[in-house]
Amino acid sequence: MNDSMAARPAPLVTVTMTVNGRSVTRSVEPRTHLIDFLRNELDLTGSHLGCEHGVCGACTVRVDGDIVRGCLVLAVQLEGARVETIEGISASGEITDLQEAFVRRNALQCGYCTPGMLMCAAEFLRTRPSADREAIRDFISGNYCRCTGYHAIVDAIAETVEARRSAKGRGGHR
Amino acid sequence: MKFAPFDYVCTRSLAEVYDLIEARGPDARILAGGQSLLTTLALRLSEPSVLLDIGGLQELRFIEERNGAIHVGALTRHCELETSPLIAARLPLIAQAMPHVAHAAIRNRGTIGGSLSLADPAAELPACMLALDAAIVLASRDGERRVRAEAFFKGLYHTDVRPGELLVRVEITPLEKEWRFHFAEFSRRRGDYAMVGLAAAARGPGPLPEELRLAFLGCGDRPVRAREAERVASGSASAPRAERYSALRRALEKDLEPQSDPNASSETRMHLAAVLADRAIEALSG
Ligand SMILES: Cc1cc2nc3c(=O)[nH]c(=O)nc-3n(C[C@H](O)[C@H](O)[C@H](O)COP(=O)(O)OP(=O)(O)OC[C@H]3O[C@@H](n4cnc5c(N)ncnc54)[C@H](O)[C@@H]3O)c2cc1C
Ligand code: FES
Ligand code: FES
Repeated sequence: MNDSMAARPAPLVTVTMTVNGRSVTRSVEPRTHLIDFLRNELDLTGSHLGCEHGVCGACTVRVDGDIVRGCLVLAVQLEGARVETIEGISASGEITDLQEAFVRRNALQCGYCTPGMLMCAAEFLRTRPSADREAIRDFISGNYCRCTGYHAIVDAIAETVEARRSAKGRGGHR
Repeated sequence: MKFAPFDYVCTRSLAEVYDLIEARGPDARILAGGQSLLTTLALRLSEPSVLLDIGGLQELRFIEERNGAIHVGALTRHCELETSPLIAARLPLIAQAMPHVAHAAIRNRGTIGGSLSLADPAAELPACMLALDAAIVLASRDGERRVRAEAFFKGLYHTDVRPGELLVRVEITPLEKEWRFHFAEFSRRRGDYAMVGLAAAARGPGPLPEELRLAFLGCGDRPVRAREAERVASGSASAPRAERYSALRRALEKDLEPQSDPNASSETRMHLAAVLADRAIEALSG
């Protein structure tokens, strides 16, 4: 990688985006994908790289409110975009209940897939909350976990859907 | 893997794209959603010298009705097709197919123009274009030309797009009211490319389809209309299930040339294709 970089450097491109509510400007090589940008330029190491070619979901982050594969987006494509990472949605409290359910249900072992899995589950909770296990499995099918066997992850998501639903029923703010 | 280095241009207009394609030659690649192109770069299957990002060209991002046809701009994202009320109402086959296209995170960026230009034989949208007899509109500095879906897909990852051309939109005239639609596929997991899939349409106010279109994916080097099976199916719709499967299977042997790969043998694919055809006829009858 360093060889070809030395052999054929591409001009740097300056990009400005909002990451977890903070505006950041950096000059990067065009080939820098969003996860390397977050990890290497901004020290946000919660977003992980597994396969680095689109199949495992470890790199799931939000761009302009929707989840994407961070390894399949170039930083330079994100001029003016709003990026949210696991650090951002943990700090905001948006998924505290989901994270607690993951711990309670043992939905993580090594934890490598967990940030991406949480980003994906958060999208499910936001866009189509259903405690139906098949629907949950369909939605998270693009996020690999090599440890848990998924059952506990489905448990945790289903439990959070139910909990939010009954909180709403009782007039809670969710 | 990390991508090999490339230059990047965020283009502002179609005219600029045409200029750059001319100036940078065949090493320039269009970047739309990037959900296939960036995977091929990550696998180092290709090393273009410059990516021409068309993602910001808002004039290519629309779903609208014009003169009775539905026009879909090339940069329309999969998630937009999936949730569009106009698509659900006028092109329900596409609405049925979209949840099978990859995963939500990929549908949030992947575009119809990218999917059709890539022409993966296992992709859902190309087969839908075939079943709906869509016109694919290609543009270059010299103007636009329209190509019917069946002539557009020419082989494995091979289309009728010529150097200097861009896919700008598709135009689909919705079939009349008495048509019904059915999309189904077999894949190892939800969101994976299908082993075999079928986009089907049937016409007829009565219980049995009078006219049938069967467009298969994953059964050859491109999406395929199974014309022999379409003919046989109209005659065997009321036959007992086992008999109908056999008739469809014999016809499909003439229509399709499925390949073997680690996902499924050609024999398995042929069987699954007949099962899908049989189920489609069941679903589309009465
Ligand atoms: C894990 C994974 C699973 C997937 N599963 C499926 C699936 O089940 N079904 C499915 O259909 N797809 C699947 N895809 C592919 C996905 O749908 C892609 O989004 C789509 O095929 C390409 O669209 P894009 O906009 O991302 O195109 P890009 O990746 O940007 O481009 C693809 C190719 O088309 C060219 N191109 C793009 N737009 C144009 C244009 N307007 N004119 C001319 N050329 C153009 C590019 O130069 C490039 O060669 C999957 C992808 C991944 C990573
Ligand atoms: S690292 Fe992005 S999908 Fe695997
Ligand atoms: S907990 Fe180890 S990969 Fe999911």
